[in-house]
Amino acid sequence: MASLRHYLALHRQNLLDAMRRLASQPFASSLTVLVIAIALALPAGLRVLVNNAGALNDSWEGAADFAVYLKIDVSSENAARVARTIGGRPDVANVTLIDRAKALEEFRAKSGFGDALDALEGNPLPHTLVVRPKSGAAGDVEAVAAAVRALPETDLVQLDTAWVTRLRAMLALAGRMVDLATVLLAIAVTIVVGNTIRLEINSRSVEIEVVKLVGGSDGFIRRPFLYLGLWYGLAGAGAAAVIVAMALWALEPPVRAVATLYGSGFELAGLPLRETAILVVGGALLGWAGAWLATARHLGAIEPK
Amino acid sequence: MIRFENVFKRYPSGREALSGVSFNLQRGEFAFLTGPSGAGKSTLLRLIALIERPTRGTVLINNQNTARISRGRIPPFRQRLGVVFQDHKLLHDRSVFDNVALPLVIAGASRREIERRVRAALDQVGLLGRESHAPITLSTGEQQRVGIARAVAPRPDVLIADEPTGNLDPDLSREIMELFTRFNEVGVTVLIATHDLELIEHLPHRQLRLVAGELAADSGRGDA
Repeated sequence: MASLRHYLALHRQNLLDAMRRLASQPFASSLTVLVIAIALALPAGLRVLVNNAGALNDSWEGAADFAVYLKIDVSSENAARVARTIGGRPDVANVTLIDRAKALEEFRAKSGFGDALDALEGNPLPHTLVVRPKSGAAGDVEAVAAAVRALPETDLVQLDTAWVTRLRAMLALAGRMVDLATVLLAIAVTIVVGNTIRLEINSRSVEIEVVKLVGGSDGFIRRPFLYLGLWYGLAGAGAAAVIVAMALWALEPPVRAVATLYGSGFELAGLPLRETAILVVGGALLGWAGAWLATARHLGAIEPK
Repeated sequence: MIRFENVFKRYPSGREALSGVSFNLQRGEFAFLTGPSGAGKSTLLRLIALIERPTRGTVLINNQNTARISRGRIPPFRQRLGVVFQDHKLLHDRSVFDNVALPLVIAGASRREIERRVRAALDQVGLLGRESHAPITLSTGEQQRVGIARAVAPRPDVLIADEPTGNLDPDLSREIMELFTRFNEVGVTVLIATHDLELIEHLPHRQLRLVAGELAADSGRGDA
């Protein structure tokens, strides 16, 4: 019990000492923290942009609409019945029926092919349904389309999901690239902290030697450096969160201007709480890992002479 | 307490620093290790502190064969050993108190215990009241006494010192030796390497004389 208390007291001491050490060289510490912050802000910022693009895509409800052309001999009553059947499906949001007679009138009025149409026997246009599935996900839309295609009254389902699929694929690609950038920059952060700690170890080699001479264990010697790395990572991650917030703040007015032009109420979302927590905890762990690598590599080399 | 059995130490450069050294220092004994520079005095002390390992032969400290102490067990071994250095090896970024407290902090003493022992050690070396000073503001002799306070604060069984008076004038040197004598009187085994024969010629303690890595003279052999 007493030894546990002693252990915790030592840790607290190390934590505070490490913070004091950072504060005692504000310029050098800030530079290191800034490098870490930029390395962490890049993937975090890119992640925010991809998240926003994904949200924009999800809000594009019209993207999933598709047209159903019924067989030419289906009557108006039957068309209305089919529309109700499809509209009653749980995965369909709504169905709009465009009556063939109304469509013909409209076509005649707007297309300028009135004379050509008169030459035809009867109305060449079929009844048309515009179906909006509840979910915009490609698989869900496909499922609805397949069900509709199986109805005996259906002649043709025209599904234009290709561009949605392409956009989704692009977003997935962008997301994967952000993942890769995250891994690379995490390695960079580890190396930056490791190198900083290596310099710190070199500059404190006399102290390390003396501590070893009076019986300090490897753990005792390593701990201050691990806490130093932890602080670097934590401070860098905190600064990265601030950088991302500032970048979003700077982007907000032009984004709103663009959204307004498109008549959309789209708003730029920031880093969610959960991901901010991941950023901060991850940054601290990376700092700790960098320090651990540096101590594992360099502390053993300093032996009393 | 300190027992060397036919100890050889050869450095990777090929230089043989110790050749077949054997002696036995009893618990509570006080001995000087003398000899010209390069005779192997420092090497011998380094073998005791496990800074070096012997090439051949056996070094026993408190009946423990140092060859059997693994790298990971060296820290607790050193915690029971007081070492004084010619260059003091004080940490200049902390106070006198924190320097003396260092081995106690490492050993896991409580805050109260640390305060008590640091004050006691500083009192013994005559530096009580200087706890908050920076070592750099002290004279060389005072810095050496801080180094001694640090070595004795954890109450070690054995105290070894490498040229502790190397940079001091004769008066200060005598004071330092008196300090070591006082620690010896309370039962600490003391071994001091020095080349200052004038300083120690009037002292009654045993002398081990090293010449070119061999034990050339021993003024009084302890029983095995």
